[in-house]
Amino acid sequence: MKPFSKLGAMVMTGALAMSATLAHADTIKIGVSYPTPTHAWAAGMNWHAEQAEKRLEALYPDVDMILVNSSDPSAQASALEDLVSVHKIDALVVLPFESEPLTDPVLNVKKSGALITVVDRGLSQPGIEDIYVAGNNPELGRVSAQYMKTRLKSGDNIVVLRGIPTLIDNERFDAFMAEMEGSGVNILDHKHANWNRDDGFEVMQDFLSRFPDIDAVWAQDDDIAIGVVAALKQAGRDGDGMFVVGGAGMKETIKAIMDGETLVPVDVLYPPSMIATAMDVTVAAFKSNGPVAGRYILGATLITPENAASFYFPDSPF
Amino acid sequence: MTLSTANTTAKGRSMKFDVKTAGPAIALILLCIIGFSLNPAFLSEGNLSNLLTRSAFIGIIAIGATFVITAGGIDLSVGSMAAAIAGVMIIIMNNAVDMLGTGVATVLLGCGCSILLGIGAGWINGVLTTKGKIEAFIVTLGTMGIYRSLVTYFADGGTLSLDFAIRGAYRPVYYDSFLGLPIPVWVFIVVSIVGWFLLNRTAFGRYCTAIGSNEGVAKYSAIKVDRVKTITYMIQGLCVSLATIIYVPRLGSASSSTGVLWELEAIAAVIIGGTVLKGGYGRIGGTILGALILTTIGNILNFTDLISNYLNGTMQGLIIIIAVWLQRGDWGKAKASKT
Repeated sequence: MKPFSKLGAMVMTGALAMSATLAHADTIKIGVSYPTPTHAWAAGMNWHAEQAEKRLEALYPDVDMILVNSSDPSAQASALEDLVSVHKIDALVVLPFESEPLTDPVLNVKKSGALITVVDRGLSQPGIEDIYVAGNNPELGRVSAQYMKTRLKSGDNIVVLRGIPTLIDNERFDAFMAEMEGSGVNILDHKHANWNRDDGFEVMQDFLSRFPDIDAVWAQDDDIAIGVVAALKQAGRDGDGMFVVGGAGMKETIKAIMDGETLVPVDVLYPPSMIATAMDVTVAAFKSNGPVAGRYILGATLITPENAASFYFPDSPF
Repeated sequence: MTLSTANTTAKGRSMKFDVKTAGPAIALILLCIIGFSLNPAFLSEGNLSNLLTRSAFIGIIAIGATFVITAGGIDLSVGSMAAAIAGVMIIIMNNAVDMLGTGVATVLLGCGCSILLGIGAGWINGVLTTKGKIEAFIVTLGTMGIYRSLVTYFADGGTLSLDFAIRGAYRPVYYDSFLGLPIPVWVFIVVSIVGWFLLNRTAFGRYCTAIGSNEGVAKYSAIKVDRVKTITYMIQGLCVSLATIIYVPRLGSASSSTGVLWELEAIAAVIIGGTVLKGGYGRIGGTILGALILTTIGNILNFTDLISNYLNGTMQGLIIIIAVWLQRGDWGKAKASKT
């Protein structure tokens, strides 16, 4: 339990939280808040959160998980208030919609005495969260570049398709470029394909018209990679050792890797299941005899035919 | 005084009229010259065929939008409608595999359903606007949200994918060519010709223009305003379903990110082409050029690294404004009145 003495200034809140804890001394209530899934990756996250809820509640009968998804930042802020006032949660696992507008609402949850676990997107003020679980964007770029270097030699040409212009995209791209530096591989150009299949298809078509000699493509994302592969096949340029590296860990892509696909031979993990990791760690904070607070940065594992099976979830929407 | 103004406006009008018709064509030719000078591969056969095929989606939808806008309406739901129709088509075809097999029959069933859905969705927009007496902007803003969330729901937040077995039969609709032109381009051409004929050579087309110019007068002239307006939305829906039929075989999938902002691209294409946004004047030929201009801008931006990726939107915005200014601006008229 969190020490309430720290909250001396907030006697009221402290008293309320205390009575809440007393009333529900037998159950540990954990609120899990994340954006409403509107794209495949988020839908995968939603699925993994539901799986983790079932698994953890079966494992620990005294743990009660409350999953809430919200369609925009202000709805998420209200949802957090409800988790505190209605459900009187002991811990919160939150994937913030946006960092800025949710920093204060999360801080208020913390003031109620709850343990805070932040997933994927950090808050704009340090020190609020007790536990931080996130994927590793720079590592995704670096691992992709390392794989590229094993397949390419000096003088080969690649093109890069980027995501939506955001910090996430920049971190991935900068790390990729830094790792490629000095390899002698030419990066012909990079364009934004917005983590979208249609844009991936069109940008790749234009790259193919523009550059007669391309040896490999870094698509950064599995959705973009699907568009890229369609464009390569249309132009008949999918042979000659051409390969595409995506990222994220879409189940179709992983299945194809398991089946020995050569055009998309590997994938780099940025798993939606990180929400499950965060839920596990949060429960461990109540159940484990070891210390748990801290930062958990997940590896951007290179998925190859050898290890693909352990990342394949056929029932997940992603 | 009155005489001289009358003279100048007459002179100005004839000049403006020339620029108005030629404006979009001039803009497109300029873009092509820029594209070619940046990279000669711009005019390669492969790129031109990519360009035309890509224009087909927005172009076909924009032809429908020309009718709606000419009759004084607006349809913001087309992008979401395309995504929802694509989603339902994929679900229907995947489920029909057991019954009809993986051949042409399943594909035809999917296409038939697509057309019914498109016309039905257009009818809903039309009836809510005319009989329901709600502004078209609000009706279609509402249906835009509904269709978009429906496709998210059908896909469980993820992506709906067409059964791989059907793709073999359906793929040619996007990727095959007939007489050197890809099939989607042929569909675009046929829709264009039918659309041009309908708007310029039939009573229905004149009714659209009349309603767009002045709905009250049109009503007193015994035009069945509600029916004509509803039909324009149904034409729009049909165009959306045709665009969807050629879109689905491209990547064989639909998700909540399918067709995002197509409505704005279609409206932009219509306006760049010279149709008046408040209705009363429509040009199918201009709409086709407008769609080509929009696709060409994106294509050229992919052909150069001179401009920062972050400024793509700026370039698109500037070119759209310049293209419309070329035909609307008073610059032709101003010169005439000075001399």
